[in-house]
Amino acid sequence: MSRIVGIDLGTTNSLIAYMDKGTPRVIPNPEGVAKVPSIVGMTDNGLIVGDSAKAHLTRDPSRTIYSVKRFMGKGLADVTDELKYFPYSLHEKNGVIRIEVGEKTYSPPQVSAMILKELKRRAEEFLKEDISKAVITVPAYFNDSQRQATKDAGMIAGLEVLRIINEPTAAALAYGLDKKTQGIIAIYDLGGGTFDISILKLKDGIFEVLATNGDTHLGGDDFDQCLLDVLVEEIADKHGVQIHEHPDLMQSVRLAAEEAKVQLSSETEATVLVELPNGKYEKTLTRESLEALVMHLVERTLVPCRSALKDAGLRADQIDEVVLVGGSTRMPLVRSKVEGLFAKQPHSELNPDEVVALGAAVQADILGGHNKEILLLDVTPLSLGIETMGGVMSALIRRNTTIPTSAKEMFTTYADGQTSVDIHILQGERELVKDNRSLARFQLKMPPLPAGVPRVEVTFLIDANGILHVTARDIRTSEAQTVQVKPSHGLSDDEVEGMIRDSFEFAEEDIKIRQVIEARTEANAIIIATDKALARASDLISEKEKVEIQRVIGVLGETQKGDDHRLIRAGIAEVEKETHHLAEVLMDATLKEALESKKVSEFVK
Amino acid sequence: MARSMCWHCQSEVTGEYLCGQCVKVQPLSKDLDYFACFKLPRLLNINTQELERTYYELSRAFHPDFYSTKDESEKTISLGNSAFLNTAYRTIKDPVQRVEYLIRLEAGAVKDIRSNPPADLFEEILELQEDMETFRGLSPEKDSTERAELREKLQRERERLEGRQEEMEKALGAKYQEWDGLQIANADPSEARDQKNGVLRSMQEILSNRTYICNMANELLETTG
Ligand SMILES: Nc1ncnc2c1ncn2[C@@H]1O[C@H](COP(=O)(O)OP(=O)(O)O)[C@@H](O)[C@H]1O
Ligand SMILES: [Mg+2]
Repeated sequence: MSRIVGIDLGTTNSLIAYMDKGTPRVIPNPEGVAKVPSIVGMTDNGLIVGDSAKAHLTRDPSRTIYSVKRFMGKGLADVTDELKYFPYSLHEKNGVIRIEVGEKTYSPPQVSAMILKELKRRAEEFLKEDISKAVITVPAYFNDSQRQATKDAGMIAGLEVLRIINEPTAAALAYGLDKKTQGIIAIYDLGGGTFDISILKLKDGIFEVLATNGDTHLGGDDFDQCLLDVLVEEIADKHGVQIHEHPDLMQSVRLAAEEAKVQLSSETEATVLVELPNGKYEKTLTRESLEALVMHLVERTLVPCRSALKDAGLRADQIDEVVLVGGSTRMPLVRSKVEGLFAKQPHSELNPDEVVALGAAVQADILGGHNKEILLLDVTPLSLGIETMGGVMSALIRRNTTIPTSAKEMFTTYADGQTSVDIHILQGERELVKDNRSLARFQLKMPPLPAGVPRVEVTFLIDANGILHVTARDIRTSEAQTVQVKPSHGLSDDEVEGMIRDSFEFAEEDIKIRQVIEARTEANAIIIATDKALARASDLISEKEKVEIQRVIGVLGETQKGDDHRLIRAGIAEVEKETHHLAEVLMDATLKEALESKKVSEFVK
Repeated sequence: MARSMCWHCQSEVTGEYLCGQCVKVQPLSKDLDYFACFKLPRLLNINTQELERTYYELSRAFHPDFYSTKDESEKTISLGNSAFLNTAYRTIKDPVQRVEYLIRLEAGAVKDIRSNPPADLFEEILELQEDMETFRGLSPEKDSTERAELREKLQRERERLEGRQEEMEKALGAKYQEWDGLQIANADPSEARDQKNGVLRSMQEILSNRTYICNMANELLETTG
């Protein structure tokens, strides 16, 4: 079986890892950096991903997409509150958010696929083999639509997603790999966009998740936002610049706020500096002032922690170990709050940025059949149910149920001869349908019989990825019925297929960029070589010839700055043609020299 | 597990979950009940550590993680077996779900189980509902003394209900002993049937009263915060 990699597809940063003889390792780029910022830039020359796209953020904000994970598996109504913060326009089609960039629109899974492809490419370069299979992590509190969207992203990127695994559980796998760890552990994962808490029992290689909880909309981005709001207001007051009207400045201030926040984790003071059109804005922040600003957010993470403890039937003091995951847990305030809740000093021996990807690689190893010692028993984070009379949700599978799991429900008709029943699937903990998440709808076919006579049994099965599958069977005839489930906030199979095809077009664009870069490199090499040759052979060719060669080199020097690799190639050909004679002359001269020296050497013999 | 034919190579399955010939995983029998799944007799007091051990062992036999490289049929069987196992474990592990499941299993024999609350409990519930209604009607800013008093009363009521819940669980525990004693002394399902049905019926009664009380206590907690 070919190699399976582990991928942490984060809101802020993404990483790819593999198993190296029983040890998980992250894959760095040639410069040794493993973290890839989850940012995609659409430039005139094509796609750029990661660090180079981050640099693009302040230059071309409307065409640079960041934090796309916040949009996965969502409709427009889910994100209205934060629309004003994003520099690009969004709309909705078939219940799925679409991001507008110039003429084109992209669904969130497509943008995520661009990040996945970059990671894939990186791994292929590093491991020198094709990569086609992956385990991808998601926040534990992701619902079915968000998981499905992640799986779609993998497919669009040309990856077979063998498993969607929860981020905190992945971290637990990386931590407990040595099998020495036993007991109850809590994983507190606070990243850029999401918060998860998972409580696990580790025993003899079994990792049993007892409960999980979280907030898919709480993280370091929100801390930045608090700080950003303060800075924006002060800039308006002091300098009269309305940052909201300048998307590029908005990104500069946002990045400056984040930088100051990060600095305040290790220092007690940090200075924010922003270049404004009418001068410099400078502000010194103290750690206390930042902590006061974000205190309410950090405290908000404790609510899911308490709920998870309650669901696991445990008191905080029964937790043996607490593990911190995610960049935001580097904040001293976060550490002290977590320590306060569990009355225990939390662990962070493994790099909190890498531990999720490492765990994904461990899970990949298990799926590949190379590790039979470890088994992860995870749970579904949210209750699953169906809409019943009066807009009430009737739960079929409770949250924190170990997966895979299934529930059966019998359906019949209310009117004579009724031929179908509409079923609406939901996820959430609230009583009313409208307060829960709509997952999907489908129509159950019924045999035309008197009311109440048909009996069709529907099985709702949540697989090990936390993804729902629906099947139906007529009890009277024992015949299975194919169910066409229409997701409320997901891409249809046809759409995903179309996007896979489109992604080949992106691949073509990628190839175009590569061609330009290669042509440029070659042009530069030829210019340098010709300059050298001219210097050596200046007295061997005519002045007219020399001028002509200098002219074509000058032209090539100009065209290689552009993006048309064909023009550059044409320039190279022109230089080659004009220097043909020069090369011959040089060759002759070199040959002559060689012959002469040979004669000498023969003479010496 | 009953002797059966391997779905794949048609030889007689001699192993417990895997075919002895072709080592393919076998689907769990449709008639398997949750007690039998863990090789437990139908008793209510169980050794939870033992149960967990069996559960982990069966999980290692069935979990889809270990079938990722196998063919589609085996994957489907592993998924089905795993889903069944997880439901079985959840049901048997929890003492209340365990007895509810046992009653369902034995239900053929236990008809006419009453599901309305007894009259005294019913009246109490109605009264509490009224008080909660009043409490919700009082705004947190105004009527502060009246509200505070009512809140205190409701909290007291909740504590009382929780106390009662505990008593009921104790009573249920005693019934567990009784049931287990009968089962051990009369291993055949038809033996001492009337006595067994009597115990099942009284457990059912305690359970349904307990449900009312639990729901009431939860509602009180939600209302008063
Ligand atoms: N030293 C630090 N102090 C405070 N926050 C930090 C620090 N380092 C990183 N972060 C924050 O952590 C978040 C990114 O964490 P990460 O775990 O990579 O996120 P994600 O899993 O969402 O991709 C960002 O909001 C970043 O600002
Ligand atoms: Mg993360």
